[in-house]
Amino acid sequence: MSTVISTKSSADNTALRDQLAVRSWKVPIVFAALAVFAVVVFAVFGPEGHATFRLSQEQDAWQLPDLVLPAKASGIVAALACVVLALMSYLQTKAVGRTARWVSSSFTVVFVAGFLIWIIGGTKTQNITLVGLFTGAMLIVTPLVFGSLSGVLCERSGVVNIAIEGQLLAGAFTAALVGSITGNAFAGLFAAAVAGLLVGFLLAAFSIKYLVNQIIVGVVLNVLVAGLTGFLFEKIMKIKVAGATIYNQPPHLPDLPIPVLSEIPIIGPTFFRQSVLGYLMLVLVAGIWFALFRTRWGLRIRAVGEHPQAADTMGINVNRTRFLNVLAGGAVAGVGGAYFTLVAVSSFSKDMTGGLGFIALAALIFGRWNPIGAFLAALLFGVAGNLKSILQLAVTPVDGQFLAMLPYALTILAVAGLVGKSRAPAASGIPYVKG
Amino acid sequence: MEWRERRRCGASCLCPLPVSGINFRLVETLKLELKGITKSFGSLVANDHIDLVVEPGEIHSLLGENGAGKSTLMNVLYGLYEPTSGEILVDGKPVRFAGPGDAMAAGIGMVHQHFMLVPVFTVAENVALGRESTGFAGILDLEQTRTKIREISAEYGFNVDPDAVVEDLPVGVQQRVEIIKALVRDAHVLILDEPTAVLTPQETDELMNIMRQLKAGGTSIVFISHKLREVKAISDRITVIRRGKVVGSAEPSASTTDLASMMVGRSVSLSLDKAPAQPGAEIFRVRNLTVMSDVGTRLLDDVSFSVATGEILAVAGVQGNGQTELTEAVLGLHKHVRGSVTLDGHELVGRSVRQVLDAGVGFVPEDRTADGLVGSFSIAENLVLDLYGKKEFSRGSMMNRSAIAEHAARKVEEFDVRTPSARAAADTLSGGNQQKVVLARELSRPLKLFIASQPTRGVDVGSIEFLHKRIVAERDKGTPVIIVSTELDEVLELADRIAVLYAGRLMGIVPGKSSRDLLGLMMAGLTAEEATVQLSTIPTSEGEPS
Repeated sequence: MSTVISTKSSADNTALRDQLAVRSWKVPIVFAALAVFAVVVFAVFGPEGHATFRLSQEQDAWQLPDLVLPAKASGIVAALACVVLALMSYLQTKAVGRTARWVSSSFTVVFVAGFLIWIIGGTKTQNITLVGLFTGAMLIVTPLVFGSLSGVLCERSGVVNIAIEGQLLAGAFTAALVGSITGNAFAGLFAAAVAGLLVGFLLAAFSIKYLVNQIIVGVVLNVLVAGLTGFLFEKIMKIKVAGATIYNQPPHLPDLPIPVLSEIPIIGPTFFRQSVLGYLMLVLVAGIWFALFRTRWGLRIRAVGEHPQAADTMGINVNRTRFLNVLAGGAVAGVGGAYFTLVAVSSFSKDMTGGLGFIALAALIFGRWNPIGAFLAALLFGVAGNLKSILQLAVTPVDGQFLAMLPYALTILAVAGLVGKSRAPAASGIPYVKG
Repeated sequence: MEWRERRRCGASCLCPLPVSGINFRLVETLKLELKGITKSFGSLVANDHIDLVVEPGEIHSLLGENGAGKSTLMNVLYGLYEPTSGEILVDGKPVRFAGPGDAMAAGIGMVHQHFMLVPVFTVAENVALGRESTGFAGILDLEQTRTKIREISAEYGFNVDPDAVVEDLPVGVQQRVEIIKALVRDAHVLILDEPTAVLTPQETDELMNIMRQLKAGGTSIVFISHKLREVKAISDRITVIRRGKVVGSAEPSASTTDLASMMVGRSVSLSLDKAPAQPGAEIFRVRNLTVMSDVGTRLLDDVSFSVATGEILAVAGVQGNGQTELTEAVLGLHKHVRGSVTLDGHELVGRSVRQVLDAGVGFVPEDRTADGLVGSFSIAENLVLDLYGKKEFSRGSMMNRSAIAEHAARKVEEFDVRTPSARAAADTLSGGNQQKVVLARELSRPLKLFIASQPTRGVDVGSIEFLHKRIVAERDKGTPVIIVSTELDEVLELADRIAVLYAGRLMGIVPGKSSRDLLGLMMAGLTAEEATVQLSTIPTSEGEPS
């Protein structure tokens, strides 16, 4: 008996030593740098006065009291917590080769909280409406999620979709144009899906049928759509009839608040006071997740994306599966694009997607090619992005241009693998040629 | 008790196996004929008017060298390639297979050399793929598949868990999953493409038992191989293919030499004339060498051995048991290495690849097209890949083209590289000639250690002879030689001593003339002592064909 125990513990020791041999100091180093930043900025140069977080809006049924925090004191606490957690990360890496997950997540939460308190405390008004932060974030989150879902559909079947940006833009433009002409928002929505699908068709035709490099086709499509919509915007949308532009006046998709659910503080206004597109997004996230991991359709698609030869030898038509998925992905991204012109703002403007299609790709990777993961990643990016726009209005201690980098800096950190290794579908980006 | 139904009785007496109760699998038998199958890729004719008849319930071997066109033929039969001309007949009726789906529907199943399994899927998901049973709205229902896997698994003693994830399974078990896949699809003809390449000798014996069981149940098997011993052991009939053509058929009783000369097209000497080794000082020492993956698993675990001047140490083992890491660690190609490797007293761990090469190490990598050659470079350029910076081949920062050309002409002659010109791109050469170029380059420097990984993989028999002779010649010059090979035949042919790796650990070092059974047990994870004990208690002849 005792020998068994000693072998086991020696095996554990070996495993431990092995982990130590390949330990990576990436996480503690980043945490240490951030902790130093926290100490200097949040604590030493922390603003005086209070930071107020408003949890409710006036029209809400249930009113929650405002959260008022002393800015400097909270900053000091947050900075100290960051230092302690960074230290723990160092000690853990030294002892067992990696940082525990709860330390990483606590660090992130504490740092973000400290950052918020510092920046809100530093503005003139010293307050922020959290509901506004989240509802505003949905303006970014919705198209991001549609874009990411498009990416999920394509990459799970083995095609890299760099053209999400172009599909969003095509959807936005077409929705505005068709919506204006027909006066029907749903016609615009449908047209947007078709436009996205057409861009998807080009991607599929060139990359699957003619085996052109998928990345290059995608990039070219983005440039093509940007050019085309820009041109048509100038030539069609600026036509004035009786002094008014009639082709860029799309109707709005109405908001449909869900009774009861929409009254839940913060969550209600964020998720349950949306247009039909917002609900469609939630349904698609759940639906695509379920379809991918629970149905025959999903099993075949994942097989095609992981090991196309295996799928082929089991009688599955690899390239047809991919083609259909890229078309579906295109349509989904097109619908996402419609959000820009039918919900967010009521007219099309040149390049209005502003690179969100690429952030959607990042959300896809951050979310590990999983619809739910991508949704959560998009939420994170959305909040960061909206924080930037809210704070650009207020006078903040840092330059607005600097804050504008925030979501992108976050994206790079996320994609660089600070969140752990993510594994792409094995055959993603590799064309399938029989034989 | 049920009896298997058969439409036709095979030539050899097949006593139907009794099977119990519900496990009964109705096996029909079918006769398969290929008539005048030709398949060309551009100007290359891979199959040239091939005729082949597979009788019901027989094990029919397709024997041929690498690149003879065996796999192409089977891919045609399985519907993966469309034949350029010729026809396939099933039970006398011509059929056309537009894809593997048609072939499967006709009762043909195939186990590919490189498994067609999705690594991240479970066994059940892999087996179900393509013919999934579903409930409401296409929701997967794997229960039937699981039951079926358990049934087949019990029937043939496969011991496969339907819910295991494929990438976690050993290759031998993955192969069984492939067989289950075919059986679930009611395959009456099973094509096994080089199935033993990834197996230990014992696993090979087990596979052969499975093949006999399948045959007894009425399934015909097409067994593709280039290993004469296995083909002789298992076949009812043998068809030999050379350069895309059927060159004849043979009975399993035919002699190995006859089969070999049919396969190669001329008489070959299968045994190498090799003088006994004259080991000198042990100048190459490996001490406690451990190699780790990026996530901290041990790819090579505390390995120690020495090699003396003038001897060949062969490293045997099933593919993927640490051989690659061993050579990479010595060459300085691996990141996480602990322990010590000394050559002539100089430490090699922690040195750059250039320093290791300059210390006198010659290295033939296992994948010559990926790591051994630059395919688009000429033979002459490939011959100086590691020497171009040396004085004799350069003028300042320019290449000395005439010196390189002269060097190439000499080496092409010396190593019998069959090419119209040394200016030809390396990827225009056959596998054997490519390997000669790699060997010529590595042996053209004065060496203190020579390592060759899979020196004859995918190489024609004629070139194998030549390559083996050069390796032995290097030994006789007094260089310590390490051969890494997964081919036991090659190991036994070349080795003065044999080291066996299993799961990154050294199972022991045994003399070059050790038995296959001993090596097989070591390759399956027994130490040399344990394997010896086991062999002395259990009679060893059970793997032989009756």
